Amino acid sequence: MSLLFAILFYVAAAIFVVGLAAKIISFARTPAPLSIPTTPAPTTTGGVVLRMFREVAFFESLFKGNLWIWMFAAAFHFGLALVLVRHLRYFIEPVWFWVDFAQPFGMYAGFAMAAGLGGLWARRFLVERIRYISTTSDHLMLALLLIIAVTGLGMKFIVHTDIVAVKTFFLGLMRFDIQPLPEHPGLYIHLACVALLMIIFPFSKLLHAPGVFFSPSRNQTDNPREARHLSSWAAKLEKN
Amino acid sequence: MAGPDSKPVITAPAFRDYPSIPALQPGATEGVRCYVANEKIQEALGFPGKLADNWQETHDKAIGRMGELLDKYRSLRVYMDACVHCGSCTDKCHYFIGTGDPKNMPVARQDLMRSVYRRYFTPAGKLFPNLVGARDLTREVLDEWYTYYWQCSECRRCSVFCPYGIDTAEITMAGREILDHVGYGQKYSNEIIGKVHKIGNNLGLPGPALIDTLTGLEEDVKEETGCDVRYPVDEQGAEVLLVTPSADFFAEPHIESTIGYGKVFHAAGISWTFSSKASEAGNFGMFIGNYDQLRKIALRVREAALELGVKRIVVGECGHAWRVAYAFWNTLAGIGAGANDPFAVELQKQLDPRYKQPTHICELTWDLIQQGRLKFDKSANDHRRITFHDSCNVARASRMGDYPGGQFDIPRNIIKAVANNFVDMAPETIHEKTFCCGGGGGVLTDELLDIRVKGALPRMEALKRVVDDHDVNFMATICAICKAQFTKVLPYYGYKSGMVGGVHQLVSTAIQLGNEQ
Repeated sequence: MSLLFAILFYVAAAIFVVGLAAKIISFARTPAPLSIPTTPAPTTTGGVVLRMFREVAFFESLFKGNLWIWMFAAAFHFGLALVLVRHLRYFIEPVWFWVDFAQPFGMYAGFAMAAGLGGLWARRFLVERIRYISTTSDHLMLALLLIIAVTGLGMKFIVHTDIVAVKTFFLGLMRFDIQPLPEHPGLYIHLACVALLMIIFPFSKLLHAPGVFFSPSRNQTDNPREARHLSSWAAKLEKN
Repeated sequence: MAGPDSKPVITAPAFRDYPSIPALQPGATEGVRCYVANEKIQEALGFPGKLADNWQETHDKAIGRMGELLDKYRSLRVYMDACVHCGSCTDKCHYFIGTGDPKNMPVARQDLMRSVYRRYFTPAGKLFPNLVGARDLTREVLDEWYTYYWQCSECRRCSVFCPYGIDTAEITMAGREILDHVGYGQKYSNEIIGKVHKIGNNLGLPGPALIDTLTGLEEDVKEETGCDVRYPVDEQGAEVLLVTPSADFFAEPHIESTIGYGKVFHAAGISWTFSSKASEAGNFGMFIGNYDQLRKIALRVREAALELGVKRIVVGECGHAWRVAYAFWNTLAGIGAGANDPFAVELQKQLDPRYKQPTHICELTWDLIQQGRLKFDKSANDHRRITFHDSCNVARASRMGDYPGGQFDIPRNIIKAVANNFVDMAPETIHEKTFCCGGGGGVLTDELLDIRVKGALPRMEALKRVVDDHDVNFMATICAICKAQFTKVLPYYGYKSGMVGGVHQLVSTAIQLGNEQ
């Protein structure tokens, strides 16, 4: 079983990294031929960085759009961020002080994460408009994340696993030295789902994470009268 | 069912007591379709005249074009991938609010294309189409694109509320471009683009008729004011080239603003001219998402500016024209500043660097007001209680002045400088959250009147509140399409057509030309 999970994580990590890199390269290489920021937009690069920060850190546009979705999305994403920080301890030795510091917060963030996911999923059933636009994969994605959250919380609060052994396993993986993984069904489900999430990441709507940084309506500076904005393919038209 | 083949009775939806979100009415507007362009119209723009007889050929062409667009436009590529179906945009489109048709929800409109994108361009859609909502491109899908991509006014309101800034307008433009590319163009827009190339403006007004019209206008203004206000055409060596939507030359209420432009130049002593070659600020190339058309139409302005030797280029009251001018002209035609390539520098060295190029007529007027170069009798507008409708392309796709949001303040500042009674509509219906008039983006055609009337609902509700609470009797706007659309749809909601007018119409009413004693 340990070997199986080791292979699974190597494959998942490879797909995640290569797939995501390929997507990011394709986003970056595709030209944006026209200046299309949604205005009012910042007129300086610093302003654009700030706008992007507000978008990524506070979901500013979503806040303007729908408070319910914002609340659930914020609970899920901020919860997830803290949980990820908390999980860093499985990959580093000695544990950095701020990861140590975040441990108790990360624990409760797991509940926020699960609650946020529950809220987002409930909307897919309860709100007619969102039911209409939901695809099977939208539901499965939430199910996957919720399974990860619930099994994680289960191991923390109900049926513990040997987390020292888990850490040994992952530190071993990073040195290509496969160590035994504790036998624990909850842990198996948790890790299998995480690996699956990594595998589908580059092929799914999870691409919203890198995508937001490349969105021309958000990342462009509002200066078209001061600077000429010409893509490579558009410049060729002027040669004729 | 409403459609071009039946004679529908079009009625406005009832005003809502509260801004509640409508229940879904699937298929409510599936029959509202605009006329398809004929072969002559299509071929004049270099598009195939009609759909191929063989579906496979159309299918391959459409998918091929989609692939090309994905490689050319980062917006399309990112927007196809980034949507998570969160639902933030679902209640933001005026056409959805007015019709309840779920395919008028921005995300659903995008998904018409995203489903096809997934099927042909993503591993998940190729392997598990049903799981991820992917579908083959069929004739039915193409028809659906035609219907619903021509029920979008490209107003960008949805993009304001999207956590990734996904702009449905970009997807609508791509959809229309693919449709044109397979011979499935829209009559209204493509016919108009043909007229610009052939005659010089959207309305097909030839040079001599234009001169005739403007001579008549000079006489009218002389009679009314006693002043020799000029409306010159093709005047070599004028300082300013004014490019304005051609509706400004004779449509009501547009012409009232044209009179105002002339009075402003007259009072400030600025020499200016129209151009018969660039007698159109509008650029429907944007509506159909075709870069070549967008560029060719913009180049007419460049040529006119070079020929006339003007120092400044000023744009009249028109929403999408201002977007094209402000955001795209520098790219398309070198009209702007900051370039170092020979093509753009040729024009930019001719233009006066002390001014923003291009300048919006409202920027010009507001600058003059601040310099004290214009005098007004504000009481001349006292019979009006005025509100201001932000036009979508000005609000969400451009700017005026030096700071973000200047496009909201400058027109309002002008109104307050020339009139005493001004009140804004509700905050959630103005500025960047403004509602489209319902007729923008290439849908201002009679066979789409049904959705035009219904799409105006949220704006009409906001107007009703200021009419009821503040006795507003005039809605000013700075867009030729808004003016034409409101003139047509206001009566459906029980208001007079004459309630809508331009900002420079108000300027025209109050401006002192120097001979009043």
